[in-house]
Amino acid sequence: MRTILYLIRKEFLQIFRDKFIGKAIFAVPIVQMLILVPAVTFEIKNVKVCIIDMDMTAESRGLVSKLEGSTFFHVRFSTYSEKEANDLLHRGKCDLVLQIPSGFGKETGQGRQGKILASVNAINAVNAQLSWAYLSGVIRDYNLNIIAENAGARTLAALPQIQVTNRYWYNETLNYKYYMLPGVLGILILAIGFVLAGLNLVKEKESGTIEQINVTPIKKYQFIIAKMIPFLIIGLIDLAIGLLIGKLTFNIPFEGSIALLFLCSAIFMTALLGVALLISTISNTQQQYMFTGFLFIIIFVLMSGVFTPSESMPVWAQKINLVNPAAYIMRINRMIMLKGSAFSDISRDIYSLIIIAAAFTALAVNRYRKTV
Amino acid sequence: MKRFWGFVKKEFLHIFRDFRTMIIIFVIPAAEILLFGFVVSTDLKNARVAFLDLSGDEITRQLSEKICSSGFFRKSEDLLSFNDIDRELRKNKIKAVIVFEENFGSKLIGEGKAVMSIIADGSEPNMASLVTNYASAIVADFNNRLIQTSGSVNILVQPEVRMFYNPSLKSHFMFVPGVITIIMTLVCALMTSITITREKEFGTMEVLLVSPLKPIQIILGKVIPYFILSIADAILILILSWFVFGLPIKGSIILLLAELMLYILMSLSIGIMISTISKTMQQAIFIALVGMLLPTILLSGFIFPLENMPKGYDWFSALFPPRYFIVVIKNIMIKGTGFLYVWKETLILLFFTVTSIWLSIRNFKVRLQ
Amino acid sequence: MTDSTVISVTNLVKKFGSFTANDNLSFEVYEGEIFGFLGANGAGKTTALRILSGLLTPTSGEVIVAGYNAKKDPEKIKKSIGYMCQKFSLYPDLSARENIMLYGGIYGMPKVLIKKRTEELFEKLNFREYGNRMIAELPLGLKQKLAFSVAVFHEPKIVFLDEPTGGVDPITRRQFWEMIYETADRGITVFVTTHYMDEAEYCDRISIMNEGRIVALDTPEGLKKKYNAKSVEEVFVRIARPVNNQPHPPAPSHR
Repeated sequence: MRTILYLIRKEFLQIFRDKFIGKAIFAVPIVQMLILVPAVTFEIKNVKVCIIDMDMTAESRGLVSKLEGSTFFHVRFSTYSEKEANDLLHRGKCDLVLQIPSGFGKETGQGRQGKILASVNAINAVNAQLSWAYLSGVIRDYNLNIIAENAGARTLAALPQIQVTNRYWYNETLNYKYYMLPGVLGILILAIGFVLAGLNLVKEKESGTIEQINVTPIKKYQFIIAKMIPFLIIGLIDLAIGLLIGKLTFNIPFEGSIALLFLCSAIFMTALLGVALLISTISNTQQQYMFTGFLFIIIFVLMSGVFTPSESMPVWAQKINLVNPAAYIMRINRMIMLKGSAFSDISRDIYSLIIIAAAFTALAVNRYRKTV
Repeated sequence: MKRFWGFVKKEFLHIFRDFRTMIIIFVIPAAEILLFGFVVSTDLKNARVAFLDLSGDEITRQLSEKICSSGFFRKSEDLLSFNDIDRELRKNKIKAVIVFEENFGSKLIGEGKAVMSIIADGSEPNMASLVTNYASAIVADFNNRLIQTSGSVNILVQPEVRMFYNPSLKSHFMFVPGVITIIMTLVCALMTSITITREKEFGTMEVLLVSPLKPIQIILGKVIPYFILSIADAILILILSWFVFGLPIKGSIILLLAELMLYILMSLSIGIMISTISKTMQQAIFIALVGMLLPTILLSGFIFPLENMPKGYDWFSALFPPRYFIVVIKNIMIKGTGFLYVWKETLILLFFTVTSIWLSIRNFKVRLQ
Repeated sequence: MTDSTVISVTNLVKKFGSFTANDNLSFEVYEGEIFGFLGANGAGKTTALRILSGLLTPTSGEVIVAGYNAKKDPEKIKKSIGYMCQKFSLYPDLSARENIMLYGGIYGMPKVLIKKRTEELFEKLNFREYGNRMIAELPLGLKQKLAFSVAVFHEPKIVFLDEPTGGVDPITRRQFWEMIYETADRGITVFVTTHYMDEAEYCDRISIMNEGRIVALDTPEGLKKKYNAKSVEEVFVRIARPVNNQPHPPAPSHR
């Protein structure tokens, strides 16, 4: 135990002796959180619409004004040329072209179906689908209005209708900051721990200082643990700063137990540092470590479900996620912070994380060679 | 000049001899493209929802079946009371609960109104809004049919939709260009900054500096091999995304390659710039990875559309070149547009390249004095 | 000097793939002596030293250091030895004091003792003004002296020095050897590799290595007498040169 303390002291001295790193490990997360958390949202507003109204009747204008009335659509262009509209779509000036053919008013006025055509830029599939869903909603309302008018207002109430009400629990206004902050914080901690801890060990190999260590009677586990703890502590301090910023600047709700959150984060960090050190024990140069490490960081982050729903992933990917520590912590962070989930709600995730952490740490200790 | 090419050759051999790094340089991007082309997706698929059916009649059964057979939702265990909702949501087992009020069916037929409420987990706002939107759309469809059968009224306006550029709504069309950009940016910046700071840290830079090679030649000599490797890398990624995901290259391949080279050059110059301001590899990697990872993912429009960002962020994300390159790739590959549609972005990328080279030279000179 | 054996090596072989770095070495080192390993670069000195200090596992043969078998208990050996690598390997971004504190701590010395000995050491080396400076800023000679002091700081039974004076100026080398003598006087066995022939003269006994084999082992005087040479350098040139008429035939080629 005493040996580990001496080693930890040495690691801390070295980390903070590098003036740049000593500051960057705290400054970078703070700056990135302040900037990135409010930046990002999936919320779609201002879908830019181009109208081709070939009909020019009261009915077609009624439909367009219905569209303009929604907060979602923003009618930017109006043209009679299909070519021009397509060009606008091509250049990304508009996202949706709504084409009302001539005769639309006449058909609907006589109670027959009138067709309209929407062309959507679908490179971003989700945006396209949502725009389409909203457009359908607007048209549905429009339809109901006509039906009601035609049937006389008296009977509208008699039309059978299922009303849908939406409630969003834990985040009623769907504030994206609440969603982003735990995720961004998790990624920052992951990246810092991964980069610093792994590089640190490889650097000792590359510069030869590890040889002097290897010739001492130090135990393998002592060395690995001493490499983990400083970065674990730094990660938790970063977490504390991040939460404080979240509370003060973004007023993030904090429903669950802070102690539980820190406990889970500590286990997560252990798992992560275990992976980092495992990679570094099998790398010879910092360059090799970094490229392998980069692969893992990207996989951990993008598969974690932090920005995209992990449920949408194929089954095999979800299986891989069973050993991805990031997938657990992203989920756990949100559950504790926003939903107030207690230990019993996340116990299975915690046990899995503990197993992952223990396994990777054991592997790192096992792979670390005190012989050359 | 001859001396210079000799140096480049030596650097090349140096990279090729490190077999592991070579493998990593080619395997990682390939693995990542494959992985993320399949994995990263924002589509709604099999979202687990639970029903709290307080009525339990024919209509609610029909409706819940219709919701679950859409492919968007998967039915989880039925709930029995309102108290269960919080418990299930907190365990993260389900994304939403759909509640049918009591006497749903008889109310709908008798009074013509019945209420279905969707209680979604707002801790994942995107998921929550997808769930409510999709479920609402399914119910609206159900409504339409009800109206048609009961009142024999026609639905008058029938919209038709054409999904441009991506008719089958695959999310790889969005993500493959994004992953290409992320990998190119980070790998190039990492590689160059590491290779140059390495020389500095181990003191071998001094040896090179006293050699008859000019500083600019040393830098170029270190960067040219990576430039060629990165281009090979990018081509590998394009071939993979074509074969595996059927991502087309609708526009000019030559234009695409030229833009790729420009972007790689830019990322390499950013790497050089990083290496001029860092003393150790650790610092360089910290800047290139910890400093650039999240902004590249978040501010490039890769996952989160830029249009949705709050005001004031336009100018800020303008400082991050990946966003321009994503536009360029999407335009050329998917939309098939020509240079006329991407000249602005190209010019901006050129500007970034020149600026970072200029800054590197300036920093380099300051160092030497 | 006593006659008790602290290192005993019998038929040590170390192979790296098809290359034999140590070919059937057998020798003994006695407590308190200064034992020199002499040889050209690539003769296998560092490999042997690393095996003795538990950093490498022997391919075959028996190696006993400080009473422990190097194949079975390398970690136990490490408790009784000190080691100074060929490549300077103290932490350059820590000060001398911090390096000493670290290694003292690792070897389980009490903090008070570490502090007391540090002061004594700095006094002796006239080192006080450098104690708090980053090692990276120190001149090479001081660094090497410090590395040696760290290697013997915990008073090991044996200290292994791998080319300790490489690249150091003659005056510092002289001072360095004074430190080695002092250490040996305290009863610490010194095992040192070198390719400086003049340094070999300072050893109690030397063993000359060539292409992985020990080709001669005796006191410097004994060797000079045997080969009728004026200096160890002359002895070395005669033995290590692959000439046909030398007393010991060269090792058969391994490749």
